[in-house]
Amino acid sequence: MHQAIISAATEGGTNPLVPNPWEMLVVFAGFAVLMYIVVKYVVPMFEKTFAERAEAIEGGIAKAEKAQAEASAALEEYKQQLTDARTEANRIREEARAEGAQILAELKEKAAAESARITAQAHTQIESERQAAVVSLRAEVGTLATTLASRIVGEALSDDARSARVVDRFLADLENQNAGVAK
Amino acid sequence: MLLVILSVVIIATFFVIAARKQQLVPGKLQFAGEAAYSFVRNGIAKDIIGGRDFMKYVPLLFSLFFFILVNNIYGAIPVIQLPTFSHVGGAYVLAAIVYITWIAVGIKKSGLKYFKLATVPSGVPWYILPIVVPIEIISNFLVRPVTHSLRLFATMLAGHLIMMISGAGIEFLVMQENVLLKGASVLVLGGAIAMYMLEALIMVLQAYVFTLLTAIYIEGALHADSH
Repeated sequence: MHQAIISAATEGGTNPLVPNPWEMLVVFAGFAVLMYIVVKYVVPMFEKTFAERAEAIEGGIAKAEKAQAEASAALEEYKQQLTDARTEANRIREEARAEGAQILAELKEKAAAESARITAQAHTQIESERQAAVVSLRAEVGTLATTLASRIVGEALSDDARSARVVDRFLADLENQNAGVAK
Repeated sequence: MLLVILSVVIIATFFVIAARKQQLVPGKLQFAGEAAYSFVRNGIAKDIIGGRDFMKYVPLLFSLFFFILVNNIYGAIPVIQLPTFSHVGGAYVLAAIVYITWIAVGIKKSGLKYFKLATVPSGVPWYILPIVVPIEIISNFLVRPVTHSLRLFATMLAGHLIMMISGAGIEFLVMQENVLLKGASVLVLGGAIAMYMLEALIMVLQAYVFTLLTAIYIEGALHADSH
């Protein structure tokens, strides 16, 4: 049985360690062809892919690092700009406040000046009106008094100079009396 | 013998198609091809030979590994059931190619001094040399190619024989009149399946071992002066 199996396995009952020359030739030729294809196509193609991949990955890393550096630079710039803008805004606000205060002060001052001016004008006017009233009163009261006196007395006191002197004296007495009362 | 040619066609077609696209982000086929290629390139050539020299030997190791692998796996495929290397001729051829290669590498690296480097170990007392040198000659230059080829051949033939014996045994038992003997064939079948799995493992393993030993021989020839 065993002998039969071994014989079957080696195709013909010869020593299994003795090779069949045709088999050797086929294996050699087949291996040579495979080796040729591998050397010529398979290995170069795989190696090229590996090299390209390694390059792509390394290039990608470099690119990413560059992009990150750019991004952080841009961020710094934006922060700087933001700070500048804030400072500017604060400055403008302060200026506006100061300006507003100044304008307010000016307006107050102007208003005060205006009111003073108006008051002074009013005083002047009142004074002049009073003066005018005094003058007109003096004339009118004098005339009225003289007319009344002449009627009462019945005597024409038409001498103007004389009557005026009498009226003046009378008014001076009145004023003195008034001044005395005011005191 | 047709199977040998078929194996060349299978391997070449698969790897050429897998490698052809050369995409940076590989598809499934390309990824499988790259994984297989990297296994030999990095797992065997780079790890064993190392340094800058290993790329030169990647094609040889790669071809050897997949040529032996596919031809071995024939033994596990139903109907074919015949590993090429269960005939000794193919194993002799491959071992001879490797033998010539590593000796050529050694001579190219160190000149004829290589034979002295390979057979006279440094640091051995002079009075032991008469014993050591013949042993080194026999083990390196005579026994090495024989074991290299016969290891592959013997494992494949043994696996093939076990399968055949199991098959014949099952047939023999089923033919018996006795029911118990008939039933015993199931046990043999169970054992045969287990052996089949073991054989499948050995087929892959032997392809790896053959390639690994090739890499070790080449590495030894490259760095003969430091061994």
